[in-house]
Amino acid sequence: MRFSFTGEQEEFRTILRRFFEGRSPTTEVRRLMETEAGWDREGWRKLNQELGLTAVAIPEEFGGQGFGCAELAIVCEEMGRALVCAPYFASAVLAANAILNAGTGSQKSALLPGIATGDTVATLAFTETDGRWDAAATTTTATPSGGGYRLDGAKSFVLDGHTADLIVVLARAPGTSGEDGLSFFTVSGDAAGLTRKALKVMDPTRKLARLEFKSVEAKLLGTAGAAAAPFAKTMLWAAVCLANEMAGGADKLREASLDYAKMRMQFGRPIASFQSFKHKAADMLVEVELAKSAAYYAAAAIDESDEDIVAVASLAKACASDTYLQTAIHAIQIHGGIGFTWDNDTQLWFKRAKSSEVFLGDATHHRDVMMRRWAA
Amino acid sequence: MSEVTEASVRAEARAWLKEHWNPELGLVEWRNKLADSGWGVPHWPKQWYGRDLPVGFGAGIEEEFKAIGAIGVAKAGIRTLAAATILAHGTDMHKEKFLRRILTGEDTWCQLFSEPGSGSDLAGAVTRAEFEGNKWVINGQKVWTTSAHHANWALLLARTNWDVPKHKGLSYFILDMHQPAVEVRPLKQMNGHASFNQVFFTDAVIPPEFLVTEVGNGWAVATTTLMHERRGADGLRSWAASSTSKGRAYDEERIEFATTNEPYKWYPQRAGRVDLVLERARATGKLGDLVLRQEIAKLLTMSKAAEWTARRARAAQEQGRPQGPEGSLGKLISSHIARAAGRVHTSITGADAMLTGEDSPMGGVIAEILVSIPATSIAGGTDEIQRNIIAERVLRTPKEPSVDTDKPFRDVPRNIAKK
Repeated sequence: MRFSFTGEQEEFRTILRRFFEGRSPTTEVRRLMETEAGWDREGWRKLNQELGLTAVAIPEEFGGQGFGCAELAIVCEEMGRALVCAPYFASAVLAANAILNAGTGSQKSALLPGIATGDTVATLAFTETDGRWDAAATTTTATPSGGGYRLDGAKSFVLDGHTADLIVVLARAPGTSGEDGLSFFTVSGDAAGLTRKALKVMDPTRKLARLEFKSVEAKLLGTAGAAAAPFAKTMLWAAVCLANEMAGGADKLREASLDYAKMRMQFGRPIASFQSFKHKAADMLVEVELAKSAAYYAAAAIDESDEDIVAVASLAKACASDTYLQTAIHAIQIHGGIGFTWDNDTQLWFKRAKSSEVFLGDATHHRDVMMRRWAA
Repeated sequence: MSEVTEASVRAEARAWLKEHWNPELGLVEWRNKLADSGWGVPHWPKQWYGRDLPVGFGAGIEEEFKAIGAIGVAKAGIRTLAAATILAHGTDMHKEKFLRRILTGEDTWCQLFSEPGSGSDLAGAVTRAEFEGNKWVINGQKVWTTSAHHANWALLLARTNWDVPKHKGLSYFILDMHQPAVEVRPLKQMNGHASFNQVFFTDAVIPPEFLVTEVGNGWAVATTTLMHERRGADGLRSWAASSTSKGRAYDEERIEFATTNEPYKWYPQRAGRVDLVLERARATGKLGDLVLRQEIAKLLTMSKAAEWTARRARAAQEQGRPQGPEGSLGKLISSHIARAAGRVHTSITGADAMLTGEDSPMGGVIAEILVSIPATSIAGGTDEIQRNIIAERVLRTPKEPSVDTDKPFRDVPRNIAKK
């Protein structure tokens, strides 16, 4: 398998890094995270007008740029570095992929171009109150009604669920269980009977919502009862993109801690000159580089339809979960007391590391998935 | 003259090999032809058995050798480090005397650097070289010397001046191992093998012309050797056994291979044998153990990610991009993997992990893994030194204040040599 970035991809990354350094400094992150929405239309519009990022992995026939997972992962990695506050993961990764994988041709033509331009902000609602990430846990029901469906139930941990214009919902036919009877539906963000509540989140840069459905009008997306496979594929892309986002955040945190240690003087010398720091810094570099390799490899594996992709995607997510959090713990320790203050930016990445650690399944869960593939 | 491209060079090599390769030649006879033609080491200077070709052409030329089944020059062991050092720093006399016999495999070499009192702190060597009359006289002890028991020649780092700072008082010599004043004793390791030696010098003698560069310049020369050692460390391990092809040259190469590689037999075990983990868990019926499955998954994650990291580093190199930090981490990562593998193998093996030899699973392989792993984080630079190197060279952290580099070596506190 070919597994290295092309010159164009490296250039793309450089452009993004410079862009986000300018547009998403931590002052901006802090401003947005204090809002209930967590992002603003104006910044979102600029992001899409200037760089067309929401279009990256959407096929050209649906108004996108037609790149692969590798490019989408680069965007996620760079956004993870800069803690960009935008509904990108919800819209361009989760919802766009669910629609691509499940929708009919005409549904894709109707829904994807809006997501590609960024005019539509979409999300995917699948997890429920019990916090399970698998499709089988779905209890929200979809009952045929007139020509369409009515949804009843509750979704939780829905990324940007309180602000999205369009919500793709995973629900099941009444009386079904497991992976049977599952379908995707689309619901308008302002649909009657839909109550949206922003959850109090520990990581304010990643907003989550609880959605309650009381006989909410919904349109079937794709084939009834056949959502399990497209959902699984969507989760693969999501896990790999998240792993890349996390690798980016971990790398940034590692660099920031190193820079701080080179400046911070104690006992008459920079703390970076102490061996106890050097060894920690070397270990952090090892861990982050391993996580980056796994995340990059997994994105390439998706683009090459590698047969081992399920295990590889979970490996990347497990590796990123452990590494990002461990890097964040080290980062706070390196900063010392100031690292534990609200005003120091380390805490922002620490919280992102914590929310990402469990979002889409923690390391233990993903190691279990991996082992079911490799050691059945 | 037409332009020299990789394709034209390969075509030339192919034609030469086609005309000259003959498996019924003696190994030395064949390698002498390689030395005369320059095809054995094409990146070396024309004057010294090479063809002045870019290093990048090497892989393509090697493929031509493989295609026709031709044997290359002798590459395994310390001899390549000797050759690289001599090429960089040796006199014409050194090159004349040593390079050809290195390429033909007639001479084997060893490296006399580490001492009982200076392992990580190599520049703290206390083996003395004193000039008496018309020769250098060597006294002291070296350790961890691979192949010393069959080496003809050695690269020696010894102290020639005790009144200057440590790095400035070292000199670099070429030592004839065949003299009674050099005693080689095998060093038995905790895993029962004796892959290394201790070497004792009692008034060993070196003629003045075997000093490499000048007195006091030993550290600079040793750095060249060490640089090549680090670069070649992986190559050494992957050096595979020759084919089962028939012919005198092949037969002689097989004998050479067996001798050179004897010390490395247990190296796969010291790396942790991650390849055996799933099969062992299955064989012992423990594959269903949820805790063990998590530990195996952590190990596989590390081992796969390490493999992909090495590929990233290689790809960057091949594309001519500057290598990122990923290229400097392999050795430290392999220690982590080995240790994790040791824990997993122990969990899988259970009470049998208390046994060794034929009473231990897989005819002793598992026991050998468990008692060989500690070497991984020490040999070729300890984990601690690797971390210092990564922090100072890759991450550019400031050096720690040093207490031994600015004063005469005589005044530096050090280990007392055992008599």
